[in-house]
Amino acid sequence: MKIKLNLGAISEPLQSEKLKTGDWGTHYPVVDKERCTGCKTCMQYCPDFCIEVKEVGKERYAVVDYNYCKGCGICSSVCPFEAIKMELKDIFKV
Amino acid sequence: MKKVVRGFYSVAYSVKLCKPNVICAYPITPQTEIVENLAAMYANGELGDAEYITAESEFGAASILVGASAAGARVFTATCSQGLILMSEVLFNAAGMRLPIVLVNTNRALSAPLSIWNDHQDSMAMRDAGIMQVYVENNQEAHDMIPQAYKVAENKKVLLPFMVCMDGYKLTHAYEPVDLLEQEMVDSFLPPYEPAAYLTTEKPLAFGCYAPPHIYMEFRVAMQQAMERAKEVMLEVFKEWAEVSGRDWGGHITLDFPESKIFVVAMGSVVGLLRKVVEELKSEGLSVGLIKIRTFRPFPVEELREALKDAEKVIVLDRSVSFGYEGPVSIDLKSAIYGYSSAEIYSFAVGLGGRDMPKDFLAKIIRDVAEGKEKPGFAFKGHQEFEEVIP
Repeated sequence: MKIKLNLGAISEPLQSEKLKTGDWGTHYPVVDKERCTGCKTCMQYCPDFCIEVKEVGKERYAVVDYNYCKGCGICSSVCPFEAIKMELKDIFKV
Repeated sequence: MKKVVRGFYSVAYSVKLCKPNVICAYPITPQTEIVENLAAMYANGELGDAEYITAESEFGAASILVGASAAGARVFTATCSQGLILMSEVLFNAAGMRLPIVLVNTNRALSAPLSIWNDHQDSMAMRDAGIMQVYVENNQEAHDMIPQAYKVAENKKVLLPFMVCMDGYKLTHAYEPVDLLEQEMVDSFLPPYEPAAYLTTEKPLAFGCYAPPHIYMEFRVAMQQAMERAKEVMLEVFKEWAEVSGRDWGGHITLDFPESKIFVVAMGSVVGLLRKVVEELKSEGLSVGLIKIRTFRPFPVEELREALKDAEKVIVLDRSVSFGYEGPVSIDLKSAIYGYSSAEIYSFAVGLGGRDMPKDFLAKIIRDVAEGKEKPGFAFKGHQEFEEVIP
């Protein structure tokens, strides 16, 4: 079957959503719901828009989109409440 | 209407008749007067609603043209030498984005040492970019090539940048009688540009996107196919031009005295003088013909195979060097005719950095090859003997 190839690699918006980058990094952020105040600092600093403060029932805390998070750790380092820890993925543990 | 004009003006006037939407450039010798002429036309209101943008560098100029071309504009720039290689990152992108940018390169040597004089080292550095390259012999051919360049580049089967290469100083600064085109004729030959896809706020697009290993290669194959189609489209456009203008500049190559045993192959302004030299040697009884390569990219592979199939000796005069090997035209020619011709190839790098190539010099090279005084292979001609010392 012939694939469709856009002239000049011209692309329509949001095509990059198809490229899941969640497996790129070695580390991943884990949010401590007890410590998180929902201040949204991490949301503003995330370069890939993959951490978002959500309301879950009566609670309000940051939720990571692991489909796209590359594990850069910025959210963890900017968090004023030390609520985000970077953990090594199991596959990288020796 | 015939007028005695400089090479700069012959290009600028032709560009004006092609009604570009955006002209953007940065000055560099020996190109500057092309865009100065266009700036004067712009200031006089002769360029319609075209935008004339002065950039902060050649990198900026080329980038602005990529944006403008992606937005659907017919665009023009001129540059050379250091300016061209500063543009090179952008131009590789323009080719991959399949933007039909037309530029004139007024061939000039590359630094170091600094030289503002003519050879072909600059455009040869862009050989593999996916940009069509045509080398012109005189200012009339440069003048005529601009509308043809737009017509080829904007053809939906092609859509690649087109670089018209004209020798700096030898052509740009020379006064020659040029039969200036009429607006009506150019209008009927060159329809307004209709972009295949273009940027607009109604339909956002991203050009030249990210391509991981599973898809990158296909885009490069597509560029090669576009170049191959360009060969056909060029022939159609050249033929149509010959009909409407009455000036037939030939196909991808031109061939004088096809029945000869020895052939001289060259590109650019030196061809005019070589034609005279070859005619004189011919009248002396030497079996020598002349091949002018007009389109260097796409390379005239089949045409050279056919022209050189019975040749005994081929002299290639290169105006640049791929250091560590030999002249690029010679490299490509050998590769093209391999298995199709048993001719001995004599490859000479001549006229680097504006080194003069007088008639006797060219005649001697041809005579020496004819008389067996030269060995096949690569050599420089026209340089002085020297010893390298540390100051």
